[in-house]
Amino acid sequence: MRFLSKTLAIVWKDVIAELRTRELFSSMFVFTLLLIVIFSFSFDLRVDKVAEVAPGVLWVTFVFAGTLELNRSLSAEIEEGRMDGLLLAPMPRSAIYFGKMVGNLVFISATEAVMLPIFSAVFDLNLIRPVLLLTVFLGTLGFSAVGTLLSAMAASTRAREVMLPVLLFPVVLPVVLSAVKLTAGIIDGVPWASLALWLRLLIGFDVIFLTISYMTFDYVVQG
Amino acid sequence: MIHVENLVKSFGHTCALRSIDLEVAEGEFLTVVGPNGAGKTTLLRILATLLNPTSGRVCINGLDLSPGDAEVRRQIGFVSHQPLIYGNLTVEENLRFYARIYDVHPLDQRVDLLLDLVGLDGRRHSLARTLSRGMQQRLSVARGIIHEPRILLFDEPYTGLDQQATRMLHGLLQTVGCKSHTVVMTTHNLEQGLALCDRLVMLSRGSIVYESDKASLTLSALQEAYWQHAEDKSGQGGN
Amino acid sequence: MNRGLRWRDLLNVLSGVMMIAALYLVFLYAPREATMGDVQRIFYFHVASAWVGFFAFFVTLLAGIGYLRTRTRASDIVGLSSAEIGVTFTAMAVISGSIWAKPTWNAWWPWLQEPRLILVTILLLIYLAYFMLRAFLEDEEQKARFAAVYGIVAFAGVPVTFMSIHWWQRLHPIVFEKQGAGLTQPMLGTFMFCLLTFTVLYFSLLLHRSRLASLADEVQELTQRLQTGPGGRK
Repeated sequence: MRFLSKTLAIVWKDVIAELRTRELFSSMFVFTLLLIVIFSFSFDLRVDKVAEVAPGVLWVTFVFAGTLELNRSLSAEIEEGRMDGLLLAPMPRSAIYFGKMVGNLVFISATEAVMLPIFSAVFDLNLIRPVLLLTVFLGTLGFSAVGTLLSAMAASTRAREVMLPVLLFPVVLPVVLSAVKLTAGIIDGVPWASLALWLRLLIGFDVIFLTISYMTFDYVVQG
Repeated sequence: MIHVENLVKSFGHTCALRSIDLEVAEGEFLTVVGPNGAGKTTLLRILATLLNPTSGRVCINGLDLSPGDAEVRRQIGFVSHQPLIYGNLTVEENLRFYARIYDVHPLDQRVDLLLDLVGLDGRRHSLARTLSRGMQQRLSVARGIIHEPRILLFDEPYTGLDQQATRMLHGLLQTVGCKSHTVVMTTHNLEQGLALCDRLVMLSRGSIVYESDKASLTLSALQEAYWQHAEDKSGQGGN
Repeated sequence: MNRGLRWRDLLNVLSGVMMIAALYLVFLYAPREATMGDVQRIFYFHVASAWVGFFAFFVTLLAGIGYLRTRTRASDIVGLSSAEIGVTFTAMAVISGSIWAKPTWNAWWPWLQEPRLILVTILLLIYLAYFMLRAFLEDEEQKARFAAVYGIVAFAGVPVTFMSIHWWQRLHPIVFEKQGAGLTQPMLGTFMFCLLTFTVLYFSLLLHRSRLASLADEVQELTQRLQTGPGGRK
């Protein structure tokens, strides 16, 4: 239980720090809004094709906003050497991993929660459905799981803003594809049997990425 | 106490520490001096478990440092020139956070005690980024000792401090150092380093080049030894 | 030293001979495919290249695990060498896949008809990311360590993605008629032989490349010793 309390302490610290400045949340909010506007004009969403592009646009937006969040979140720790403060504590490195991962999940989900109603309005689709919310959560979970690990790596390189998307996107693509397929299926009202495969895949990827990320995090943060 | 045997640390092709042997007795205050690039910070970071040695053995209070060992960190306190505090949290929140991840009990009393000790009680609700450098360093010391570690590691703690802050830190280190802690401090400040220590060691290019007890050492002798060893190396090839 | 010489030479000769045999099999022995014609022959090389691409990254994954546990330079060298070979073969797979796809499906990159192309694309991007990661890190030790971790993490999703495409194809069989699902005996034989040939070629290249990397290391070490030793500049 000490493990859990320390993980939560890290999450809490990040949440409090963010609530003070709201920098991260506001920049993510503005960024996703801009993306929706750009996509809306590029795809001319007032035509019937709306439902077809909606899943893709939704997930591309979440991925870009999520990348922004990941960059800021771990960058801030590593920049002023603050990661040392966490590494010095008598807790397993995986506690740091889970603390940051849950924090990332919370922040990205918070932005998604605000964005979904806006998406619903722009696309004229009901996106606030339990199954769809579950899909968004699972997709975000997989994204955060491997994203937390890779942002720790990217933060130590020379070109960290570019490095993270380069490392992350090919790896997380299967997660995003499954989520898009699932989202599309839900919007189209496809029978459950077809969707089951994608849901199982998504959960499978989440488990794989969580496990491998938590096991290798130690090697990334300590030399 | 600290026991270092045949410690080697290389980063790829560069060798930062070449077979260091070192003993620090319980309650002893050891100052480590040396020019830039000597390996002082690397040595301290290995002792703090922030870096893994390439080879060799490090024992702290009889426990071998192994990569997975979390418990040994409970006995170590590390303060460097980077304060390791969160700018957007208040002074109190910073200490409370660290107290939580160090399993400090009783939490509230200990935080209050430390704020008092470092003289930041009046600023406990200020955001850490609004503090002056000197105050940040004081907060950093509080963070470093919040869990009552028996071993303290200070990596160039005087860096960037003005006269007043230096004096405060010096006083703080004296108080802390007197309480039968084992201390290892690296510094560029020969005077402060000599004043606080029981023993002094000089590193240059990854090896120990000079060692002495405080009793048999004067500041001028130390300065001479320092320039001699620092000059020796720069004489060969202008590095 | 002598034993190493023998392995290298053996693989050189073997891969050369097998490649000639493979060329014969593909162009002269294997029958002309009914629906697609001669362009289908590229399929043998395309799949074999893709196979090496995946296998090579799997070796990088193993080398990565090896590095994290032993921290030896040799593990890092094998991982890097394997990645270099792998990216080359993956690029070949992408190009040959395109050449095959255009006359077959009238599209350069038909993801919907052939979802395995998605996997090959992902693999290529992962390789590029691997090299970019190494390029943007200066500290040798960190470079090896991060590359090892990325090799492990990046490959993690690949087997499941592969299986998922397999399952999806089973659910949607109509789309894949043109694939020529049933390979006749001589075609199958040619196919397997090509896979084997490319695998032998891979190992041969791996041995050469790894050796090249160790020699480069030795040279650098000697250079440093010359410079910093007695009478040296530093």
